[in-house]
Amino acid sequence: MTEGADSGPRLVWREAEVLAVVAETASARSITLRVPDWPGHAAGQHVDVRLTADDGYQAQRSYSIASPPEQADIVLTVERVEDGEVSSYLTEETRPGDRLELRGPIGGYFTWTGTLPGPLQLVGGGSGIVPLMAMLRHRANERTRPAARLLSSWRTRDAIIYRDELERLASDDPQLAVVHTLTRESPPGWSGPRGRIDADMLRAFAYAPEQQPRLYVCGPTPFVEAVADALVQLGHAPECIKTERFGPTGDR
Amino acid sequence: MERTTDDLRLDGNAAAGLLGEIFAFETTTAITICSGCDRASPVGTLVLYGQHMGAVLRCPGCGQVMMVVTRPHGEWWLDLRGVRIMRVAAGPSRDQAR
Ligand SMILES: Cc1cc2nc3c(=O)[nH]c(=O)nc-3n(C[C@H](O)[C@H](O)[C@H](O)COP(=O)(O)OP(=O)(O)OC[C@H]3O[C@@H](n4cnc5c(N)ncnc54)[C@H](O)[C@@H]3O)c2cc1C
Ligand SMILES: [Zn+2]
Repeated sequence: MTEGADSGPRLVWREAEVLAVVAETASARSITLRVPDWPGHAAGQHVDVRLTADDGYQAQRSYSIASPPEQADIVLTVERVEDGEVSSYLTEETRPGDRLELRGPIGGYFTWTGTLPGPLQLVGGGSGIVPLMAMLRHRANERTRPAARLLSSWRTRDAIIYRDELERLASDDPQLAVVHTLTRESPPGWSGPRGRIDADMLRAFAYAPEQQPRLYVCGPTPFVEAVADALVQLGHAPECIKTERFGPTGDR
Repeated sequence: MERTTDDLRLDGNAAAGLLGEIFAFETTTAITICSGCDRASPVGTLVLYGQHMGAVLRCPGCGQVMMVVTRPHGEWWLDLRGVRIMRVAAGPSRDQAR
């Protein structure tokens, strides 16, 4: 229980410069940020982003860091949610050269470092894939890698974030399996599973309790709670399941 | 575990920024012992309601309120009513650990 446990200065707000904005899907953007004096981060940590309007009104939200610790400039991947105050601004208005206020890195619980034993089982719903991607990118940079599996849930095929990169990572690495499930459509030629992640799907695609995986589950709150419950039902020890809830909608 | 339809239910991970304004240690890995049911939970796993204006953190075991964090007038009010013990790793500094 010492991972990420440490002491240090209190969190401060910093001004970050937007270096690049890349479209991942129709509604998700990856934003590369240069943060002065960035102390480095662990895979799985997040930042808080604060926007201030001309009249002084402020809105603040959390965003996971998508880039691995090896990379100096940090990348956030933001999915626009319908009528979302902050995500709409970040995905639609933000341009290279803009400045954003952020603080971090934040959190030490939902983190993975390459030194942890056991296969890595990642389960993500929608943008919940972001911190899991930081873990997979970090893992790809490590010399000795535990076997890893990612099971992720999406409404449609076109909504899948990082699809090409994940395919590439998995095709270069027999120890990595990536499975996407679709909940809202069944496109022609789709060979992956369909439907929500439940105990049956976890039994089919995730490591069994005997393999003692390290489990990371991230996504909308109802998704995380349903997956964590199913994992416990399958016999995984609750203390091996790390979860991070992203918020309201469970509509995956 | 208590279930409600409250939209704002998150977990202690989302309170890490807030708590990082108060504490100089990484709070999400600190272990809290619930005064109601004696369950040991990392702060990251507590059930969080509300975030910015005021946060309520509940025990994932019995649902009792563990901590309430508010900031009425430029001052933090930290109510630790349900925390019997908080265990914090004595480790290297934040910068060394990353
Ligand atoms: C620790 C942590 C890490 C996060 N990391 C990421 C990340 O890497 N990428 C990312 O895109 N988001 C991430 N989120 C979610 C993010 O913080 C915001 O909640 C999200 O961007 C919506 O904010 P908004 O201001 O656009 O919407 P709001 O204006 O707050 O809400 C608008 C509408 O969207 C609904 N809504 C709010 N949040 C969500 C959500 N997360 N999912 C679906 N509907 C929602 C609300 O109920 C409301 O109906 C993370 C959340 C947490 C707690
Ligand atoms: Zn309790």
